[in-house]
Amino acid sequence: MITQNASEMAAAVAAGEITSEALTQAHLSRIAEVDEKVHAFLHVDAEGALAQARAVDAARAKGEKLSPLAGVPLALKDVMVQKGVPTTCGSKILEGWRPPYDATVVTKLKNAGVVILGKTNMDEFAMGSSTENSAYGPTHNPWDLTRIPGGSGGGSSASLAAFEAPLAIGTDTGGSIRQPAAVTGTVGVKPTYGGVSRYGLVAFSSSLDQAGPCARTVLDAALLHEIIGGHDTYDSTSIDAPVPAVVAAAKMRNVKGMRIGVVRELGGEGYQAGVLQRFNESVEVLRGLGAEIIEVSCPHFEYALPAYYLIAPSECSSNLARFDAMRFGLRVGDDRARSAEEVMNLTREAGFGPEVKRRIILGTYALSSGYYDAYYGSAQKVRTLIINDFNAAFAQVDVLISPTSPTTAFKIGEKADDPLAMYLNDIATIPVNLAGNCAMSIPCGLAPEDGLPVGLQIIAPAMADDRLYRVGGALEAAFNEAWGGPLMNMAPSLTGGVR
Amino acid sequence: MISRDDVAHLAQLARIELEASEIDHLAGQLEVILGAVARVQEVAGADVAPTSHPLPLKNVFRPDVIRPSLTPEEALSGAPASEEQRFRVPQILGEE
Amino acid sequence: MSEAMLDYDDVIAKYEPTLGLEVHVELNTNSKMFCGCATVFGAEPNTQVCPVCLGMPGSLPFVNERAIESTILIGLALNCEIATWCRFARKNYFYPDMPKNFQISQYDEPICFNGYLDVEVETDDGMRTFRVEIERVHMEEDTGKSLHMGGATGRIHGADYSLLDYNRAGIPLVEIVTKMVPGTEKYAPLVAKAYVAELRDILRSLGVSDVKMEQGSLRCDANVSLSPRGSGVLGTRSETKNVNSLRSVERAIRSEMQRHAARLDDGLKVVQETRHFHEDSGITTSGRSKETAEDYRYFPEPDLVPIAPDPAWVEELRATLPERPSVVRARLQKEWNIADKEMASMVNAGVLAVVMETVALGADSTKARSWWVGEIARQANERGVEVIDVGVTPSDVARIVELVAMGELTDKLARQVVDGVIAGEGRPDDVVATRGLKVVSDDGALLLAIATAIASDAAAAEKVRGGNLNAAGALIGLVMKATQGQADAAKVRELLLKELGQ
Ligand SMILES: [Zn+2]
Repeated sequence: MITQNASEMAAAVAAGEITSEALTQAHLSRIAEVDEKVHAFLHVDAEGALAQARAVDAARAKGEKLSPLAGVPLALKDVMVQKGVPTTCGSKILEGWRPPYDATVVTKLKNAGVVILGKTNMDEFAMGSSTENSAYGPTHNPWDLTRIPGGSGGGSSASLAAFEAPLAIGTDTGGSIRQPAAVTGTVGVKPTYGGVSRYGLVAFSSSLDQAGPCARTVLDAALLHEIIGGHDTYDSTSIDAPVPAVVAAAKMRNVKGMRIGVVRELGGEGYQAGVLQRFNESVEVLRGLGAEIIEVSCPHFEYALPAYYLIAPSECSSNLARFDAMRFGLRVGDDRARSAEEVMNLTREAGFGPEVKRRIILGTYALSSGYYDAYYGSAQKVRTLIINDFNAAFAQVDVLISPTSPTTAFKIGEKADDPLAMYLNDIATIPVNLAGNCAMSIPCGLAPEDGLPVGLQIIAPAMADDRLYRVGGALEAAFNEAWGGPLMNMAPSLTGGVR
Repeated sequence: MISRDDVAHLAQLARIELEASEIDHLAGQLEVILGAVARVQEVAGADVAPTSHPLPLKNVFRPDVIRPSLTPEEALSGAPASEEQRFRVPQILGEE
Repeated sequence: MSEAMLDYDDVIAKYEPTLGLEVHVELNTNSKMFCGCATVFGAEPNTQVCPVCLGMPGSLPFVNERAIESTILIGLALNCEIATWCRFARKNYFYPDMPKNFQISQYDEPICFNGYLDVEVETDDGMRTFRVEIERVHMEEDTGKSLHMGGATGRIHGADYSLLDYNRAGIPLVEIVTKMVPGTEKYAPLVAKAYVAELRDILRSLGVSDVKMEQGSLRCDANVSLSPRGSGVLGTRSETKNVNSLRSVERAIRSEMQRHAARLDDGLKVVQETRHFHEDSGITTSGRSKETAEDYRYFPEPDLVPIAPDPAWVEELRATLPERPSVVRARLQKEWNIADKEMASMVNAGVLAVVMETVALGADSTKARSWWVGEIARQANERGVEVIDVGVTPSDVARIVELVAMGELTDKLARQVVDGVIAGEGRPDDVVATRGLKVVSDDGALLLAIATAIASDAAAAEKVRGGNLNAAGALIGLVMKATQGQADAAKVRELLLKELGQ
């Protein structure tokens, strides 16, 4: 039952073949069984989830019309606040904090009858590409427990790959939905900036952060996208327009005549051979499906990574200033003699991990007087150049494609104290965040050299999220046919390991 | 390029009581990172306009209407300390 | 730790002052700048707070349209240009009363800029107009309030801990910054005061703020520097924070000028710093030194989108601007036919607006003026509050003037009515009723009192009968005494003279 797709589970609940309570209980049991090894969850809200599930069952019994994912369990990245449920962002500084309000995404999920199982592990404040930066220990990749599940949303993607949840919410600032999806063989979508409300998403980098759906299939992601997307009067940067028709697009399974651009700068040197091999095969699959393949150049993408590592730390240095021991969260060193300032300093020293401190200090530097123009100011200009590159590319093609991540999942600890090497994981995903448009990662096979999942990234213009689903849905169908079933069937953990 | 003293000053601005070993470690790392990110200056010409918001939105306002507040209990629920319906914090050193 | 002060005349003989004023105004919007919390003054602590104004993780700001509108109105009233495109910026610094540890403000793109305000000051040569140029008018949010506990109660030094109430956090603030104001000479303190007073009148006429200095809805930071006469070199300035009455603005500037001059005379440097004004002693003391300038790391607020006021909207707002207070003054002075000096005294007492309102309610202008400038101003002064805050409203005064005109109150009784209103006994009619302050106009009662008076001072009565009308005063006094002052003296006189055949 837990290996089904979310849409199948929803249909079973709606048809009365299974209660949401039983479905939820099955997932809670799975979590109890495997999460000790995977560590996808930081908090499991069994009671809350079962209560929500029973409410859906009651509504169904009364004959109320259920939303398309009603009764289906979901794993929520711990960066999203849920009223009364611990929210830590993977940080010690928020240990024990129970927010007094719901994120807009959470409100929408609750209204849709989606059952929230608990909060998933992540790199502290979403800073990282491996989930090793969580203050609560790393998450393990269900495909190989010695490897990372990607990051920052490693917990969400791992929960899908371990069949602990059929749906998850992630957030993507530089690739935190797409890269974990790639290395766990799942689907992840970064919607257009402003397409999903950020209200209640604990900010890392406000102008880059975007919440989005994670699932095991393109259609499931689309169904979730439709629920969480749309305008919000609590987020000024939310787009006041209907959600693009993503579900219909996911069902089209037809890319005939679409112009698909291969970004010359996202590939080649620095990319693992097996990743490139699977990517190139995917290009041929698309050509075979009748798409027109065009090579395009985005010359400024090489400046995306440096720009990102100025903008994101700068914004985070300001966003994370509120964690000061005064109103919520951790307080260290309050001995009645120390001043508020000293207690702030000690709390932030004790409560933040090394990567967070590194980025706060870097961002403080980039914004300080005398350096602003050279660093933050220049990075904002690079942003303009990258937008221009995208505009030029989308004048020629409908979508762009690239590998999602240069490598498959690496070993836990392998890049732990080499920030620059770690930052390279996001080289293909970051340009999208800088420009604010949308992208998806779908599995495109296993790398021959290590047998680990490879992700393919599809990029579309702002507010054309439906194109991601059209291409993703068509490719997924073609792959499943070629593989004789979803990629997840090939996961070794399904027979040994986690399973 | 970036000295130990610079890092100590930044840490003070950012209100983090870094340990000496952390300052040393960070100074070295920041040097490397800044060297890498400084590349943005290569293309950031005077003719390029900066982008602060990824979308061209403007004039997003809400009407001047009261929305419900939290209850004081909710507001103070996460406070490390509270007293008299207020957040209790250590002594504030500053101006009078 | 009191510092040397130079005699004010000597200050002026040797130095030329340059002024700079920063005024913070709390707007009177229903909801806060970036969230929907109410803004009621004096509410129970932490009852007007939400995730946004508490800076809780995940919360986002959302701009209040009326705050933008009010700010543009202020800019227009101060002859400013209105930006066609501007942004909010984050001003980063840590302070426990600021929940996010950054303030959403505006940096290099204020919404209004390049304006001026003309203020009139009474000089040795009559009224003179000084032009105060406005550098910028921008929007930001207020901070919470702290209560310092233990130690010397309420003071930050020596406190054991502090208690924070964030009801005020996020209330819209408009900051109005002047350019450097040179050439005010010895009138610098008066120009500063007149500027703040004029600004307050304008803000009140716009209806955008309560402008109550004692409640902090209008706060002034006053900067001053001195340069040796004729040197042309701008001196180092000090900034005196939160000067919270008009009189204090004048006193603080004067005191700072005297302190600066004394230091310069002694060959000492003036330190660029924040000073705090003390109402009781009339001097300032040092706050935080600004020698190591704060690095606020401003950058565009990514959670808010740019503001690009539609020119048509700006023109619509411009069309709603009320008559400028200075124009109103000139018109009224003519209408009421009063001298410069009387006008100045009304402006100085800060009563012009209430006099106008009183007259608008039908009161005679001379009577209205004399009540506000006289009795009510005196009572306010005794209590150390602004005239408009003493508790008497224009409609109260209009009613009192009316009652006197109708002969229901004497001037003396009317003053008792004012006392009653100030004491919180209700509106004038309530006070008249509860205190029983009716003029005795019943002829029968008066005639009885007159007969008694004639009987008790027959000699005086005889003189009056003989044509010596001056002698009537003693008899009238007896009647007034007998009626406990509640009789109309003119009426008593009339009846008395008739009684004695005059
Ligand atoms: Zn609020």
